[in-house]
Amino acid sequence: MPFGNTHNNFKLNYKVEEEFPDLSKHNNHMAKVLTKEIYGKLRDKQTPSGYTLDDVIQTGVDNPGHPFIMTVGCVAGDEESYEVFKDLLDPIISDRHGGYKSTDKHKTDLNFENLKGGDDLDPNYVLSSRVRTGRSIKGYTLPPHNSRGERRAIEKLAVEALTSLDGEFKGKYYPLKSMTDAEQEQLISDHFLFDKPVSPLLTCAGMARDWPDARGIWHNDNKTFLVWVNEEDHLRVISMQKGGNMREVFRRFCVGLQKIEEIFKKHNHGFMWNEHLGYILTCPSNLGTGLRGGVHVKLPKLSTHPKFEEILTRLRLQKRGTGGVDTASVGGVFDISNADRLGSSEVEQVQLVVDGVKLMVEMEKKLEKGEAIDGMIPAQK
Amino acid sequence: MASSFTRILSSKRNVGILSLVGGSVAAGFLLHREHVTAGEPLRRRYPASAEYPDLRKHNNCMASNLTPAIYAKLCDKATPNGYTIDQAIQTGVDNPGHPFIKTVGLVAGDEESYEVFADLLDPVIKERHNGYDPRVMKHPTDLNATKIQSGVFDERYVLSSRVRTGRSIRGLSLPPACTRAERREVERVVVDALSGLKGDLAGKYYSLTLMTEQEQQQLIDDHFLFDKPVSPLLTCAGMARDWPDARGIWHNNEKTFLIWINEEDHTRVISMEKGGNMKRVFERFCRGLKEVERLIQERGWEFMWNERLGYILTCPSNLGTGLRAGVHVKLPRLGKDPRFSKILDNLRLQKRGTGGVDTAAVGGVFDISNLDRLGQSEVQLVQTVIDGVNYLIECEKRLEKGQDIKVPAPLKQFK
Repeated sequence: MPFGNTHNNFKLNYKVEEEFPDLSKHNNHMAKVLTKEIYGKLRDKQTPSGYTLDDVIQTGVDNPGHPFIMTVGCVAGDEESYEVFKDLLDPIISDRHGGYKSTDKHKTDLNFENLKGGDDLDPNYVLSSRVRTGRSIKGYTLPPHNSRGERRAIEKLAVEALTSLDGEFKGKYYPLKSMTDAEQEQLISDHFLFDKPVSPLLTCAGMARDWPDARGIWHNDNKTFLVWVNEEDHLRVISMQKGGNMREVFRRFCVGLQKIEEIFKKHNHGFMWNEHLGYILTCPSNLGTGLRGGVHVKLPKLSTHPKFEEILTRLRLQKRGTGGVDTASVGGVFDISNADRLGSSEVEQVQLVVDGVKLMVEMEKKLEKGEAIDGMIPAQK
Repeated sequence: MASSFTRILSSKRNVGILSLVGGSVAAGFLLHREHVTAGEPLRRRYPASAEYPDLRKHNNCMASNLTPAIYAKLCDKATPNGYTIDQAIQTGVDNPGHPFIKTVGLVAGDEESYEVFADLLDPVIKERHNGYDPRVMKHPTDLNATKIQSGVFDERYVLSSRVRTGRSIRGLSLPPACTRAERREVERVVVDALSGLKGDLAGKYYSLTLMTEQEQQQLIDDHFLFDKPVSPLLTCAGMARDWPDARGIWHNNEKTFLIWINEEDHTRVISMEKGGNMKRVFERFCRGLKEVERLIQERGWEFMWNERLGYILTCPSNLGTGLRAGVHVKLPRLGKDPRFSKILDNLRLQKRGTGGVDTAAVGGVFDISNLDRLGQSEVQLVQTVIDGVNYLIECEKRLEKGQDIKVPAPLKQFK
């Protein structure tokens, strides 16, 4: 909730035990880390914009989680949340990001020329390639906390920046609240349109407030570069195309991002970034690169091989169905992407996808011929 | 306006003193609250015009009454607990409404919301309650069930009778704004008081977090169990936070008196039974409410109430009596008559399906209840239902015999 924090001060009339949430049935990162001591230490603090500990954890209190899937259970309301509430967020970040320490430094590398190969994934198997990330605009609070005035200012700035792009990035902005029926139909057919969040993980964090005010979609005329404004983050940036030329997708991703960032910097509103956490986003799971680079790839035989999961783990990759997270694969086609976000660079993560998918396609071809793949199984990357 | 606000503050002080005498834990808390600064100005980066919501596609009472001028006047205010106008209207901004059903579109976070945001709430109340003007009118409270006349219906037509209302505990924030500790305190205060009920009112509390599988199944079979709210009207107002912490159901052993704790209001109180003895249902309702009130007063607490708005509840639509008295009644012929809606209107009644609000009638059985909540007393509203339902049954009987029916003259709104 935006602004004032008088309500938090009023809560301090109650003791820690009286306010501490009941997390006995919970299974998320926040519930595993939050103790009465940490709660007691942080409950009277607030960020400069008035975001509080209870704001950070509300989504995790309201969503106990799933016995098999470990959700994060907390969000940031602004850049300073990661500082003010570090006693809670650092251990969560460490659990979520493979032991990342509070003293570790994160490497950012958006120089697409450092990627080796990636332009020769077999299009008979790799149906499409995509890279996405998020960016937050410095000086504004994040979607769980921002007011209508702030969200509109973010939209205004984003639209100014995006509509000034030219060449392969020339495009158009479609605000959610004033798009025509025809535009809406087209965006749905292109699979570009995003909906009001229904997941309680997001709604309980306040990210759907005032929908659809100041939300919209921008895409280039070629339909290969797409930006979501004010959904779960200030900006979600997506580069994609059919086929297996991940190199080209990544090139456009890096070039586009850098062009956008330059324009924001000119307005004195660069992206939120620091050398410990990389790019700052709403959900701690998206810190670092915030990058998910992936392909839709046909692996009907490999996916039924008993070592499939192990291969993915060793390659530092994850699988999803073709509908995205929490969907099943259809016709042996999987969404394969990098598992890591924090502690390795963009180039490194996309390199893992490129190399890993290339290897898995070769394994698939071997299995088609009835040959064994045991000799090809890689060491842990 | 200012005078009723001071009356509320001073009555809180009285309660504080009472609890010193009573020695309850509430004492320390209540006295300490007096020192919280009222309505500190908020840090706001943008002018009101940049923050004003886009209500062009909206159809609810809040959207009809929130002008940019009113928003500008109220946007930097806060109640003593820190509740703001942006929080109050969030549910109405997030839920534009339905072209045919006009929702209220805002909630109160605490008792003081009705004072601090009166510039918006008073016109909303006037619109929702058919012209009741809280600035000049007084609301009558009357829980004397002996005044009810001929309250026993023909059971060939009336299958069940029910009266419900809500009550809020003064000094604690309402469900949209309450902290976990406040919500737990509401639970403690109410459950403690209910344990003092005796005779036909004696009963048991079932906490949502602690109930056994068996208890849960029994409550479902009795149609007593309430679920986590899914309606975005409620979730956008923050009423489902921390579910199911400090939520529960209390009912008497005879299963005729039931209380929901910390659902949409601090408490929802329901008296019901099969058959047509509305008089007995209402008598038990009044007796139970008065007993609960006496028991909480013994412990230094009281219900939120004032003479211009009656009983204070979360949603402005439930102010006044907060009372819905109704029956499930078989009206297969009348239900199909084209004059049915007009008859109900003139009798100041509304129909719902037997599943409650927003459901359809099944087998010609309708849920018939009072339309009004504010501006008439409990006794007046229940009498209106009794007189009205008797008239509807007369119409049904006439239609059975092939006789014609008449649309009655419209009842006066405020008596």
